[in-house]
Amino acid sequence: MSEEVEGTRISEEQQEMEDKVISPEKEEEAKLKARYPNLGAKPGGSDFLRKRLQKGQKYFDSGDYNMAKAKMKNKQLPSAPTEKTEITGDHIPTPQDLPQRKTSIVASKLAG
Amino acid sequence: MAGPGGDMQWCFSQVKGAIDDDVAEADIISTVEFNHTGKLLATGDKGGRVVIFQQEIENKNQPQFRSEYNVYSTFQSHEPEFDYLKSLEIEEKINKIRWLPQKNAAQFLLSTNDKTIKLWKISERDKRPEGYNLKEEDGCYKDPNTITSLRVPVLIPMDLMVEASPRRVFANAHTYHINSISVNSDNETYLSADDLRINLWHLEITDRSFNIVDIKPANMEELTEVITAAEFHPHQCNTFVYSSSKGTIRLCDMRASALCDKHSKLFEEPEDPSNRSFFSEIISSISDVKFSHNGRYMMTRDYLSVKIWDLNMENRPVETYQVHEYLRSKLCSLYENDCIFDKFECCWNGNDSVVMTGSYNNFFRMFDRGQRRDVTLEASRENSKPMQVLKPRKVCAGGKRKKDEISVDSLDFNKKILHTAWHPQDNIIAVATTNNLYIFQDKVN
Repeated sequence: MSEEVEGTRISEEQQEMEDKVISPEKEEEAKLKARYPNLGAKPGGSDFLRKRLQKGQKYFDSGDYNMAKAKMKNKQLPSAPTEKTEITGDHIPTPQDLPQRKTSIVASKLAG
Repeated sequence: MAGPGGDMQWCFSQVKGAIDDDVAEADIISTVEFNHTGKLLATGDKGGRVVIFQQEIENKNQPQFRSEYNVYSTFQSHEPEFDYLKSLEIEEKINKIRWLPQKNAAQFLLSTNDKTIKLWKISERDKRPEGYNLKEEDGCYKDPNTITSLRVPVLIPMDLMVEASPRRVFANAHTYHINSISVNSDNETYLSADDLRINLWHLEITDRSFNIVDIKPANMEELTEVITAAEFHPHQCNTFVYSSSKGTIRLCDMRASALCDKHSKLFEEPEDPSNRSFFSEIISSISDVKFSHNGRYMMTRDYLSVKIWDLNMENRPVETYQVHEYLRSKLCSLYENDCIFDKFECCWNGNDSVVMTGSYNNFFRMFDRGQRRDVTLEASRENSKPMQVLKPRKVCAGGKRKKDEISVDSLDFNKKILHTAWHPQDNIIAVATTNNLYIFQDKVN
């Protein structure tokens, strides 16, 4: 029991160095945080899961609509999707915009 | 080089699908499943279509060919929908297909997209009636005044026609996206699972479904995990398991209560907190859970490994196999290109001695549990000569790359094998690349 306690009592610097050596995962995490400093601290948290639950959601509600209107006013070029938490709210739909989903009339190529 | 199972070697048998590299979205294979005898093999795709292959009787002229799978039936199972009330696009992609055990001449399967499960009946017709009294052969009605005698219509043989018809539609029971369906061993009920709920259905009843698991928090801000897969026990009709995005598996007993929110067993491997990183939870998310055929074990697949759990031991898996550990030092880029969220499936062979799962670069892996051997094979058109033996592949993690090895940086992450299936009795496997279905079998010496 006491040996365990002794074993963990190493300096922080040493721990950091050991982390880099021991864990490629932590190295990757450092890389990611360097590229996206705004990335939320809780990766598996609500934002990420909510994005998963909302898959397929095109247009949310009137709040989204008003936000989109505001965004359209300050017309900016759409930036590359670096924002991993963006879900909806930057597009105002019209019936013409909705993609026409047609069923596949073509037979599967596996059956060809 | 001997593969798993001693001297067993895998040979190319067939490949289905288009050769060209330009893959249409609709052709992306999304599920592969053998039926209970292995005679039928079903695939579902992103375009909502199901293709069923049937194993033809052994070709006596070529004894080295065990058999071939040829197209038996194909139909459009699901169609794209738009839910205007919720402003939600509903994909027609077939998420799962599960066969029902055969009870009569017809075959039945369940296929599901994100929202709706359908029961399809596939039946053969090889006779047709001829000699009606009131109708001509082309279907036109005769002038009754011209009929002077009566005859009994006869059934005459015709070319085999396979018909698929939807017998039940189980709709409107899932607010979130269905990830799993599983037929109960009682052959009367089945479960369907979405991100937050699991429902129990009776195969005959479409207007009612019982909710048996609900993990939706009262306040969605408190949401910390979702259901990723669920399956009924192969023999115990009261038992099912469901896996989560946090790497846990819960076993539930339906005899305990109507709502199985309280698990009977919780399977979780303790994590060393000092190893925890931003990626830990994401890569621990379980993408598939499968019971062994004998019902004593279950297998889970997370991003980097396959784990075998003894149902009697909750605190850790009994076996862990690394699928592609070399990806641990690539997690940053795999997060950026979303590959870290890929959902790989896994499967058991007929006698539970070998397990298989897919990887990237069209590689797939097999782990022989008894012999403690594993092998990496590749599904590619380059190795598609009839009965060509598959050569084991090796990925070089770093340092000096040997001659036949491939370096991690050369792997094609767009070529993913997410879906594989193993014949229930024989050593025949179906491996789906993006849009092609490969069938391999062991070399019959």
